[in-house]
Amino acid sequence: MNTRSSPSRAGGLALGRHVLPIAMLSPAVLVTVAIVFLPMLETAWMSLHQYVLFRPKDFNFIWFQNFIDALHDEVFWISLEHTAIWIFLTVPSQLLLGLVTALLLNQQFPWRAVARALIIVPWALPSVVISLMWVWIYDSNYGILNDFLLRLGLISSSIPWLADPDTALYAIVLTLTWQGFPFFAVMILAGLQSIPRSYYEAAAIDGASTWRQFWHITLPGISGVLMTAVLLRTIWVANSIDVIFVMTGGGPGYATYTLPLYAFIKARTNLDFGYGSSLAVLFTLMLMGLVIVYLRRAGKAVRS
Amino acid sequence: MIVKKRSLSRRLLTVDLPMAAILVFTLGPYLWMFLTSITEEKRLFTEGPSLIGATLENYLRLFDTVGFFGNLVDSFIIASGTVVVGLTLSVTAAYAFSRFSFPGKRYLMLQFLVINMFPVVLLILPLFIFMRHLGLIDTHIALIAANSTIAIPFSVWMMISYMNGIPRSLDEAAMTDGCTRMGALWRVVLPLCVPGIIATGIYIFITSWNEYLYALTLGGRSVRPITVAIQTLIGEYEVEWGLLTAGGIVGAMPATVLFLIVQKRLISGLTQGAVKG
Repeated sequence: MNTRSSPSRAGGLALGRHVLPIAMLSPAVLVTVAIVFLPMLETAWMSLHQYVLFRPKDFNFIWFQNFIDALHDEVFWISLEHTAIWIFLTVPSQLLLGLVTALLLNQQFPWRAVARALIIVPWALPSVVISLMWVWIYDSNYGILNDFLLRLGLISSSIPWLADPDTALYAIVLTLTWQGFPFFAVMILAGLQSIPRSYYEAAAIDGASTWRQFWHITLPGISGVLMTAVLLRTIWVANSIDVIFVMTGGGPGYATYTLPLYAFIKARTNLDFGYGSSLAVLFTLMLMGLVIVYLRRAGKAVRS
Repeated sequence: MIVKKRSLSRRLLTVDLPMAAILVFTLGPYLWMFLTSITEEKRLFTEGPSLIGATLENYLRLFDTVGFFGNLVDSFIIASGTVVVGLTLSVTAAYAFSRFSFPGKRYLMLQFLVINMFPVVLLILPLFIFMRHLGLIDTHIALIAANSTIAIPFSVWMMISYMNGIPRSLDEAAMTDGCTRMGALWRVVLPLCVPGIIATGIYIFITSWNEYLYALTLGGRSVRPITVAIQTLIGEYEVEWGLLTAGGIVGAMPATVLFLIVQKRLISGLTQGAVKG
């Protein structure tokens, strides 16, 4: 505003004001366009083609044939169903365990700092290591889970958790719950600590029970964080394929196929990049709704 | 006194005990992996993992016969390269977002946010084709570029939140003293951002170190990051769990240690956005 007072310099500054931000932004923007947005367009373009990597000459434009094929593909529907199960089991489990952990970490106890530091370990581990660790735990001959359950007498014979189509998906859900709940715990804990102590003191004076305090003070206080965390985590869990890929590779049969994994395997194993791309595009479109909801929330935060 | 005792036992029952149970669940698998890695391969299948007769045999074999060291170097080059690319590109961008207002700013910022929401599959297929055309498959550059797709948007957002915490009056003071904009950024804002830059850099390092799918797709025989190397141990040697878990411990070590060092600053940075939103 104060540039207006000196009209002779205003022209130069106004120019600087427009050019400088652009100049400062352009490296990051150009690189992301080159390595993110152009490749995405390429995926969309490939999805409209018949394109198998070992037959590069048959790059035929086939309109939406890949998408129509997908809708008639049994594996597509199986994968879609697994994706839904996968999200609706994993995210709530992570949320519940994370909420309990955060509530506990918000209490006063002597080793709280240690507990808070250690709880995040799963978050820092490479997903390959996590996958192999749990494959070893689930091992049907020497795995500790079978050993443990056998000794407790809960099962009468070893269960091949990952090789049995009935249990494989759930076994992976447990692994992902283990990997992801610390994220919820940390986020929720930050939310809990932003609730003023005085609210609880006032409620206690009014004789509100712990449960009522939780319901009327704690939950409303962390609802914003919960919403953001659930959205972020749902998108992340839906996208995540590395753990499944390493643990079962989608098997046994199609028992642990999710949609993004199917797209990845189609391209990687069958080298069918056209069909793989169309699956990836379809999946992204389905996810778009969630992404838009999240962006709306984030957009509000940016404005303020 | 009696009241206090009761409340102590109550605390033990309602706080300490459940917390300990959750920690056992959290750390148990990791400790089990560690225990397996220090057990002799022969005894593993007869007696199971145990502390008695602990050995470093698996770790030695990992470096002697499997050539794990080269994989560690590959991972290190890729992760460091990604840190450099991510930080240098994002510093000026974050400054522009933090200090200027210009048309389309909000959309441009959200554009950086949305990148991390897209599924990896959407990017991995075209990146493979691109890199193949450019002859970059199986090079460090390909993997640095691929990891930058995650690192750049992330560090732009982290740096914005750190820079917003530095008062604008400092830039203005520097500029009245004759600094240019870039001078103010370089001499005043950046030094104050150093803790944030370090935390962001370390987070990028961890995520690039841990990354697997790009490493698998764009890597190859000559560039094989640690995550892929660990996974291939399954195929090349028919599941030797001692060796595999030793690989897991070694591969997870740098990221875990770094994370525990900077976790406080990192978590406050990561959760800030969410608490505000």
